[in-house]
Amino acid sequence: MKPKMKIGARFRRVFAISFLSLVLHAPSFAQTLGVSVPAATHGWAGGLNFHAEKTKSRLESQYPELKIILATASNASEQANDLEDLLTIHQIDALVILPFESAALTGPVRNVKRSGVFVTVVDRGLTDPSIRDFYVAGNNNQMGRVSANYIKGRLDENGKIVILRGMPTVIDEQRFEGFMSVIADTGIEVLDSQYANWNRDDGFTVMQDFLSRFPKIDAVWAQDDDIAIGVIQAVRQARRQDELFVVGGGGMKDIIRRVKGGDKLTPVDVLYPPGMISTAMELTTIKLLADAPIEGEYILSSPLITEQNADDYYFPDSPF
Amino acid sequence: MTLNKKSIGPFIALVLIFLLGVFVNEAFLSSGNLANILARSSFIGIVAIGATFVITAGGIDLSVGSMAAFISGCMIMLMNVLFQSINSIIIVICIAVLASITMGLLAGLINGLLTTKAKIEAFIVTLGTMGIYRSLVTFMADGGTLSLSFTINDVYSSVYYGDFLGIPYPVWVFLGLAVMAYILMNKTIFGRHLFAVGSSEKVSLYSAIDTEKIKILAFMIQGFCVSIATIIYVPRLGSASGQTGVLWELEAIAAVIIGGTALKGGYGRVWGTVAGALILTLIGNILNLTDMVSNYLNGAVQGLIIIAAVVIQQKNGEQVKS
Repeated sequence: MKPKMKIGARFRRVFAISFLSLVLHAPSFAQTLGVSVPAATHGWAGGLNFHAEKTKSRLESQYPELKIILATASNASEQANDLEDLLTIHQIDALVILPFESAALTGPVRNVKRSGVFVTVVDRGLTDPSIRDFYVAGNNNQMGRVSANYIKGRLDENGKIVILRGMPTVIDEQRFEGFMSVIADTGIEVLDSQYANWNRDDGFTVMQDFLSRFPKIDAVWAQDDDIAIGVIQAVRQARRQDELFVVGGGGMKDIIRRVKGGDKLTPVDVLYPPGMISTAMELTTIKLLADAPIEGEYILSSPLITEQNADDYYFPDSPF
Repeated sequence: MTLNKKSIGPFIALVLIFLLGVFVNEAFLSSGNLANILARSSFIGIVAIGATFVITAGGIDLSVGSMAAFISGCMIMLMNVLFQSINSIIIVICIAVLASITMGLLAGLINGLLTTKAKIEAFIVTLGTMGIYRSLVTFMADGGTLSLSFTINDVYSSVYYGDFLGIPYPVWVFLGLAVMAYILMNKTIFGRHLFAVGSSEKVSLYSAIDTEKIKILAFMIQGFCVSIATIIYVPRLGSASGQTGVLWELEAIAAVIIGGTALKGGYGRVWGTVAGALILTLIGNILNLTDMVSNYLNGAVQGLIIIAAVVIQQKNGEQVKS
């Protein structure tokens, strides 16, 4: 009997506290927007967090009646917990979420949706697309195709290339399929492709091995700027920078700076902007405050960044 | 004598994997590739030499990968700041190197004190410090990457890319450290005490060995090794991020065990660890040199070869015994 009563008392206390905080905070804000994103565990996610923070402070100063709660999680189950907190403690009216994993978070997001919250999903779709009200994403397939088209053009449909892939995930698969669909009927030969896990160290070692294995490489598709940095170092070490060029992806400032400066080794980059979180937050805010129709999908394209337009994509303050 | 014969196991495994490499691709034997393998294995190898001491003393250190990332981050930030007031790049690098060694020793001391004086399981202590260092470096980098100023890295990069007699500097460091570690472990009183503490802490205590001091020193040697690995890692890419050194702890422990050191402590083999580190690097290199294996199965092949290497190593140990 005794322990049961204890638990009951604790529940009552938690309830009382959350009720109190509701009474204290709720009236001062007309609308609350919850934002749930993965923690900054790698470069791109670091950029994502940077843009999320920046947009949060901008929107909050612009709209005093708006409150934004930003929650970062380092794995899928932590993110599911965050969703529960956003719903029960903060009583959010809208949610912007970049799900850690599509399948694992479909159920938790559905629960949020059932309580009448407007749901915006970013980048990684849920298994059940009917849950979301609005979808903001990059186009991985297009990113692959844009990269392939550039390489195809530069090599005149003929040459030997190597590919450094990310990790075995949907994102990587879509990029790869898009890329291969473009070069399928050309004379471009893919010597080999290996995973470099979206990081510099693996980019470096995988490229070192490609360089010792293949005496002639015309182009490298690294499909990620972190990998590209590793690739560049390996190519320099082997002193083969005059024989090939590297196409990364993402829009990291270090790479954009090289493109801007007309670097022969990295003549272009292909955008896959972490700033898409800002797009999602801005548009969801419009939905909340202006009640303008925000529905369907907003797919950001992946333009080719060249020496001419690099200035538009250069954010020197961003960690990415 | 039997001891020497017993420790031949990992080298047989190393030779077999080397032959596999020769068979898979002729580019494997090119001097460039061999130099790459040696230089690459020096990070894990140097960290694993430290891990040999900790494991021999009956402990474990899970924090080494995060520690390397954290120290790398601090070195980069320190150099970037110092460069604004000190003109000589060499002096800037020397200060950073000294700071790195100090930090490594300190980090080892903290792990050691927490396991001995506070009497917390080494597994838990280092699991805790692992999380702390990892998130500190992510915080310092704002979730992105810390980059060393190009002017400094132009000078510093020769520490990784330079060579003496055709052999890259990192390999010389690795070799020198291995010789020193071998002498320390096998030819000194400290080494004998290390074996004693690892096989039975109680008995060592009754034999008037300062077991706490031995354990703390083992963790400090580990910290020192991590800092040395960091000093040659930073000039390679001139950057550090939350992803630096991820899973180094497991690779280092794997190298130690493949090399024939007992995971339960009491017995360590430095040269075995060196062979273990080379084996791990070779596997990755060989997988990159062939497209016979599907990318999706790389991890499986790696796992199989590691297990096979340990089987070969132990089989040989037994044969000599009987």
